Amino acid sequence: MKAVRKDYVRPVDFKHGVVEMTHGGGGRAMAQLVEELFVAAFDNRWLDEMNDQARLPMPQGRLVVATDSHVVTPLFFPGGDIGCLSVHGTVNDVAMAGARPLYLTAGFILEEGFPLLDLKRIVESMAVAARAAGVPIVTGDTKVVEKGKGDGVFINTTGVGVVADGIEISGDRARAGDAILVSGTIGDHGVAIMSLRENLTFETTIRSDTAALHTLVAQMIEAVPGIHCLRDPTRGGLATTLNEIARQSKVGMRLTESAIPVKPEVAAACEFLGLDPLYVANEGKLVAICAAEDAEKVLETMRSHPMGRDGALIGHVVADAHHFVQMDTSFGGRRMVDWLAGEQLPRIC
Amino acid sequence: MKYIDEFRDGELARKIATRIREEADPARQYHFMEFCGGHTHAISRYGVKDLLPANVIMVHGPGCPVCVLPIGRIDAAIDLAMRHKVVLCTYADTMRVPASGGLSLMKAKARGADIRMVYSAADALRIAVEEPGREVVFFAIGFETTTPPTALVVRQAAASGIDNFSVFCNHVLTPSAIAHILESPEVRDLGTVVIDGFVGPAHVSTIIGSQPYEYFAEEYGKPVVIAGFEPLDVIQAILMLVRQVNEGRAEVENEFTRAVTREGNEKAKALVADVFDLRRAFEWRGLGKVPYSALKLKDEWRAFDAERRFDVQERSVADNKACECGAILRGVKRPTDCKVFGTVCTPETPIGSCMVSSEGACAAHYTYGRYSDRTHEESAGEIAAEVGAEVTAEGAAK
Repeated sequence: MKAVRKDYVRPVDFKHGVVEMTHGGGGRAMAQLVEELFVAAFDNRWLDEMNDQARLPMPQGRLVVATDSHVVTPLFFPGGDIGCLSVHGTVNDVAMAGARPLYLTAGFILEEGFPLLDLKRIVESMAVAARAAGVPIVTGDTKVVEKGKGDGVFINTTGVGVVADGIEISGDRARAGDAILVSGTIGDHGVAIMSLRENLTFETTIRSDTAALHTLVAQMIEAVPGIHCLRDPTRGGLATTLNEIARQSKVGMRLTESAIPVKPEVAAACEFLGLDPLYVANEGKLVAICAAEDAEKVLETMRSHPMGRDGALIGHVVADAHHFVQMDTSFGGRRMVDWLAGEQLPRIC
Repeated sequence: MKYIDEFRDGELARKIATRIREEADPARQYHFMEFCGGHTHAISRYGVKDLLPANVIMVHGPGCPVCVLPIGRIDAAIDLAMRHKVVLCTYADTMRVPASGGLSLMKAKARGADIRMVYSAADALRIAVEEPGREVVFFAIGFETTTPPTALVVRQAAASGIDNFSVFCNHVLTPSAIAHILESPEVRDLGTVVIDGFVGPAHVSTIIGSQPYEYFAEEYGKPVVIAGFEPLDVIQAILMLVRQVNEGRAEVENEFTRAVTREGNEKAKALVADVFDLRRAFEWRGLGKVPYSALKLKDEWRAFDAERRFDVQERSVADNKACECGAILRGVKRPTDCKVFGTVCTPETPIGSCMVSSEGACAAHYTYGRYSDRTHEESAGEIAAEVGAEVTAEGAAK
């Protein structure tokens, strides 16, 4: 009788391979990709259990959950890629409740034909970001769609965190008289992305600011537990975030243009493209609103953290039945900083 | 930012504003039309108006390329993309202009039309080169500033034998629009629109020079000061206009000397003259048919003319009845005089073109200036209820 041969599985060819429909089919190819790529990269005891779910201990305090889908084009950009972005984005969403992020989940939608080498780069970048943030990716999912039905790779991440009792940070807590602070220069991420769009190539040294902000938040809360609002001004930029908070809190805002930090390169690129940096996306900045008497302490704490070095006090909350965000221009006049209408489109002349 | 911040200097602005206040005669009013949407935008975005005394009043002009494009031309562009299945390349501003049947280029795109945003005419030509199997049409719009690049791509396409590229030409001319406004009954006879002078175009003038405005200064006795698009340019031009009015002068002065000469850009002008002919008349939104106010491709370049290639029919489509874009473009009304402004017509759901482009008078005022309209805002609720019904009924009838 012949002995049953030991299984031999040829390793995934990351160098030349591409995503195939079988990678999402639930068969051996999928199991192999999960094992050799995702489990190997994310490497933690929950994933090692190889279950369809992760069983986690119940933390003290209140649970905070946030989810975010990432569909950025291009996938790789100066300062980051869709992988680390998908970790930072969700870690930040959890952190903006004043919470400590604990775990992440990751769902991948891959397009048939997508190079495995790029996928590996993205997954490894996620792993590095998650490890640096101290937030493990504990469960995940992979699906493959036919060629032409996706954009290479879409990543959804969900984050779970915990917030201590007594911390009440919410977009509806801004009050007239409060101070508005931002943790650094605005518009870096959006301009870095735009510089690579196919019909817009321009040379720039601007890098995306993508970063996890939970340690900055932790420091700020330790200094001033009574911070009213925290939010990361991602899509739609600072202007959109402030309008959201103004509406939620039923207040108005008054900003000082000259106080808002913008890198000269970003200002120049926006000028050239006819864009307003106030509406350009950020991925590593936060807006904080706190009582006026706490402003100095929050600002000082912010500036002592590497993620908040360029932090600034940019305005204050006012009573306004119309919930307008207004700005005193450097020129000496006044303007509204309104909601963005549609997408921000460049002007003709 | 070098070469930019100098022209947005708040301290200098306050000095000029003080001069204007000192020199403007309190016994009279000064009405100046800023022709260009670029000026309208700068005035609103930097709050230039806040620095002016109450008797110096700015009137918005028609110089917004997207705003003056009539619905019929947008319809034709959509038709090219949807029926003729061309790749329609367009400047981004044009995407959201409302067309017939509740469509816009943006909505046509969502329904499957191949409409692509480009930053220049050259990008459109590049697409034609990269996709030789497709018909690529460049939706050419704009005043004299955007005309030379269109002329250039037509010549390039001809020189390299690219036969799947054409231009849907909607280029319009500034001087004829100014003449049309000065000839309009509201300005000439009825006196309902007072114009004491013009802030003259910035970028347009870099091409055509300051010479074409001399006619208006002489013939109509209206001072013209050509100004750049930075806020300091605008406020300086206003001071120069106040001085001309006070001294009884009507001259063409040039504040934008860093870019504009009397003759303009000879090379660009020659390029335009080589490729384009005058149209006998062209429909403008708000101004109606304006004689000799637009360009078309010359017969020798007919192969690149999308209108002839796809037999585009001229069709005139009336604006929404509630929309005051026409009167606003002529300076007869202000955005806040329009019943639908800020109620059913907003940048998200524009009824008229002036609410679309950031250079449009309505969009500029809505986006930057509406904090000053408290009383209007307060009454907006009732008006929205009243006019909303009317607009919806019209939409349904279409």
